[in-house]
Amino acid sequence: MHVLTLLAVLLCISLLGFRISQSRALSLARTAGLHSLPYHHGQFASLAILLPGLGVILLWSLLEAPLALWLALDHLPVPPNLADGEVRLLIAEISNIAAGYGGRQDPALLAAAWHYRELRQTSFTLAASVAVSVSLGGLVFAWRRVTPSHQARNSVERVLKIFMILCSALAVLTTAGIILSLLFEAFRFFVHVPFTAFLFGLEWSPQKALPAEQIGAVFGAVPLFTGTLLIASIAMLVATPLGLLTAIYTAEYAAPHIRTVAKPLLEILAGIPTVVYGFFAALMVAPALRDTGAMFGISISSESALAAGVVMGIMIIPFVSSLADDIMSAVPQSLREGSLGLGATQSETIRRVVLPAALPGIIGGILLAASRAIGETMIVVMAAGLSAHLTANPFAAVTTVTVQIVTLLVGDQEFDSPKTLAAFALGLVLFVVTLALNFVALQVVRKYREQYE
Amino acid sequence: MNSRIPPTPLPSLSIQSTQCLRARIRRRHVAERRFRFYGFSAMVLTLAVLVLVFSFILSKSYTAFQENVLSLRIAIDSAMIDSKGNPLTADYRELIQKAVAGLFPAVTDRHDRHLLFSLISEGAPYALRALVTRQRQQAKRDGNIIVDVLLSDEADQFLKGHITAHVSEKERKIKDLQVTWLKELQARGLIHSRFNITLFTAGDSREPELAGILGAVTGSFYLVIVTLGLSFPVGVASAVYLEEFAPRNRLTDMIEVNINNLAAVPSVVFGLLGLAVFLNGLSFPRSAPLVGGFVLSLLILPTIILAARAALKAVPLSIREAALGIGASKMQSILHHVLPLAMPGIMTGTILGLAHALGESAPLLMIGMVAFVVDTPVTLLDPATVLPVQIYLWADSPERAFLEKTAAAIVVLLGFLIAMNTIAIMVRIKFERRW
Amino acid sequence: MSLSSKKDAQRVSLGDSLLVETACAKLAARNVNVFYGEKHAIKDVTLDINCNEVTALIGPSGCGKSTFLRCLNRMNDTIDTCRVTGTITLDGENIYASKVDSVYLRTRVGMVFQKPNPFPKSIFENVAYGPRIHGLTSSRSELESVVLTSLERAGLLEEVRDRLHASGISLSGGQQQRLCIARAIAVSPEVILMDEPCSALDPIATAKIEELIDELQHNFTIVIVTHSMQQAARVSQRTAFFHLGELVECGGTEQIFTNPVNRLTQGYITGRFG
Repeated sequence: MHVLTLLAVLLCISLLGFRISQSRALSLARTAGLHSLPYHHGQFASLAILLPGLGVILLWSLLEAPLALWLALDHLPVPPNLADGEVRLLIAEISNIAAGYGGRQDPALLAAAWHYRELRQTSFTLAASVAVSVSLGGLVFAWRRVTPSHQARNSVERVLKIFMILCSALAVLTTAGIILSLLFEAFRFFVHVPFTAFLFGLEWSPQKALPAEQIGAVFGAVPLFTGTLLIASIAMLVATPLGLLTAIYTAEYAAPHIRTVAKPLLEILAGIPTVVYGFFAALMVAPALRDTGAMFGISISSESALAAGVVMGIMIIPFVSSLADDIMSAVPQSLREGSLGLGATQSETIRRVVLPAALPGIIGGILLAASRAIGETMIVVMAAGLSAHLTANPFAAVTTVTVQIVTLLVGDQEFDSPKTLAAFALGLVLFVVTLALNFVALQVVRKYREQYE
Repeated sequence: MNSRIPPTPLPSLSIQSTQCLRARIRRRHVAERRFRFYGFSAMVLTLAVLVLVFSFILSKSYTAFQENVLSLRIAIDSAMIDSKGNPLTADYRELIQKAVAGLFPAVTDRHDRHLLFSLISEGAPYALRALVTRQRQQAKRDGNIIVDVLLSDEADQFLKGHITAHVSEKERKIKDLQVTWLKELQARGLIHSRFNITLFTAGDSREPELAGILGAVTGSFYLVIVTLGLSFPVGVASAVYLEEFAPRNRLTDMIEVNINNLAAVPSVVFGLLGLAVFLNGLSFPRSAPLVGGFVLSLLILPTIILAARAALKAVPLSIREAALGIGASKMQSILHHVLPLAMPGIMTGTILGLAHALGESAPLLMIGMVAFVVDTPVTLLDPATVLPVQIYLWADSPERAFLEKTAAAIVVLLGFLIAMNTIAIMVRIKFERRW
Repeated sequence: MSLSSKKDAQRVSLGDSLLVETACAKLAARNVNVFYGEKHAIKDVTLDINCNEVTALIGPSGCGKSTFLRCLNRMNDTIDTCRVTGTITLDGENIYASKVDSVYLRTRVGMVFQKPNPFPKSIFENVAYGPRIHGLTSSRSELESVVLTSLERAGLLEEVRDRLHASGISLSGGQQQRLCIARAIAVSPEVILMDEPCSALDPIATAKIEELIDELQHNFTIVIVTHSMQQAARVSQRTAFFHLGELVECGGTEQIFTNPVNRLTQGYITGRFG
């Protein structure tokens, strides 16, 4: 029997329970006054059936596979001091054989695989029977609880509320999950490579084959940090003036019909997937820059930081402009009128009254945009380089933190090696930096908004 | 109060004469016009870049919607098809090569013949076999069959003008001899161009002319379904709780701060989370839409929660009070009255979140959806790829022919996104009420 | 506009406590109509504002007095759907003529708004804003003296002398409004328009502002919109009564309040409506 069939069975039982409890409640309603409506009793029954049953299935699916493998491994005459990686290899082989993909013809291994498969069958049958009996128990329990005084609706609503609370907690759980998984894997990396060598080292060449003791020397992330900063700075240099000026025009000068057309068009820029920008950067901007440079005798790399930075800046313009627009629109009209009443022109009012009043919010917006630039991946993967150079030259090829995270993981490395773990260490740094930027930015924007609302 | 000694008059402040003042005002007006012009040109420049991006992609893509084929008459020996009409296994490649050789009997040199055969796509034998199977009765009767075979990607690119004969022979993939043959075949009217069905019906392939987006589109479709199924209930439930039930205390504040921060976390970090927790921790199958769906649901969850909260907040208090006033419980008033009224706003936010998820690629690269997946996924657990990742892979490929295919795939992706955004806007216009 | 000097009031002072001023129309409105899109907000108003006098515009809410006030310094230009017909002249020149520069106009006709709107800058910067943008002073010390004088004229200097660099928003409501008056005075306008300047203030602050208006009238022409008839009676010499966009009656304050000609005016005065 398949898991889906089991789920279908549970569903049928719950529907049955719904009908039974509902009809019992209906018949009771003719003689005595009920607290809750009959369909509430039905809902209560369905929940009493489904929740325990699903709980059993969930528990089983999480625990049974590793457990069964563990037990199968016991069967094998495994030498006790086998390395961790080799044990994993054995486990993988056993599960492959059991799944029918074939493997080594070792009789002990085959026996273990058979044993594993049998274990899984029995555990599934066990779990299925437990789940069904629990559900049937729930059916009986709910049926007996159909009494006039039973507050079925309240119970159902309480369950719903718990579900909602769990869903809300998911956001916190996700953040916790991110932090914990990054920290966990990063610590495993820092066992191989010391923290200071990583943060302050100047050479990043993970491809070099070095013995284990010296491996710290090639995982110095400073070139990655400088590369990220270089490209992000170019992006902000493009996006900030264009975004701010655009926002000033749409917020203060544009006629309403221009504004209703221009704002959605600018939003389109924000909605274009970053792969498309990467394609545009790699296939149009980078060659154009290289050829233009060649015309003037400047050598611009075909993976220059300038190409990636400019396109990234274009992608960020809508962030800056739409946030700046919202913030400037929040400045009360009375301030503008006060300035105009004194005989100021509109540009003077904007420059001397509106912008200074909106400055904290705009700075918050710029910080948010900068955080976006630092965390951007696809544009740099497709348009920037792969080898780490420590340079401030925008015409050179540099690589960034996000590019390295992708490169290190989209390979055939085994999961434990320092190379793949380095990706997590980089991810940790990236997360912390963007979190700090976002936190400061959101605080600034919130305080600014409170001032005016 | 009108009977006081008038105070000393205000000292005249206009030390400059009025003419000076007027001149200065004129300069200020010039500065005003200049400032306004800067703002206007910034906006126009930005929109011009948008137009540039779109036109670049469109210009590179339109040739991809055509494919060049060669009509060959293949002699079918009736012995190849048994009495019941089933085609026996035959060497279809040899049949094709014989037919091609038959078009240019003068070519005898082995190296030249190799060049000649390489004008035909590697997938031609499979197309021939499929055709013979479909039309076996007719083939048996006629003794031959006419098949349109795809040309190789280099030949295709040459005919579309992307590879020109001006470049020296050493620097291009197509040799002068092959150019002569192609021109000859064109002159004989055996080559024609047709709508590129392969692009839409085939999965990925190493050969550019055989590569299509079907696998990627199916993968994207499954991914969106999984993401929708996971993020919508969780997002709406969270929003309802946070907006309607949660007490204003430190815990709720922390949850809200968390959601706002999650909305700004880079997408690669979600990929790392998926790798560490779902793939390694919980042993989900790699490259499956299910895992991708889990990761992207977490990614767009903050968007949906924020949109749903805004929609719920917009429903006026009077509706809730009216429901409570006739004896509904708080949960009932929300489920039966507030939520349906907030639904248009929630759906708009969800559609926009899904559009964002459809275009995401970075986190999916980490969970393995960058593998070379040829087959179209059937279930949610089969390895799959998605359209943005397919675009990334093709953009990385060295063959010239993949350039137009990448652009075409981008056009398809943008088409889906425009459709989704339009639906979201239509939902907002048609159903949203202004209280 | 003509190159008339800023102070051309014909004032006759008798040296004693009595002050007699010959009426000269500083601002003259003739057949002014204002439309907000389709809505006809001001209907054919003809009115004179005399120099160095306080003219009060009264009427029930929504009668268009603020709208009319905003016509006098072309603040209605900032509203897209607003259209003004008729003529309004300042010293004989039509301010709605096409070659008129509203920036220059507003150096001669200043405005104080209903809700105090100091800029989020320091007190000093608030008052210095006008002189700065118009380039009225040529040195820092000159600017300082202008600021201090304006603050003194507005009756605020004593209270803020030691904290000129504190934020303008940190003041109380009444102080903020006096700051806005000081800001308006600093560019030496000829006319000051006040749109219900005391409606957001408490009675003590209101009394202070009324005292201030009384002092200012000797140097400026003041037009004040007020919803309080008692205030109009206290501070103004002439009163105009508006109702539903029309000018119903205009005359000396005493006459309007003791012996109104029009029945509508009487109804409003006696509190029968509005």
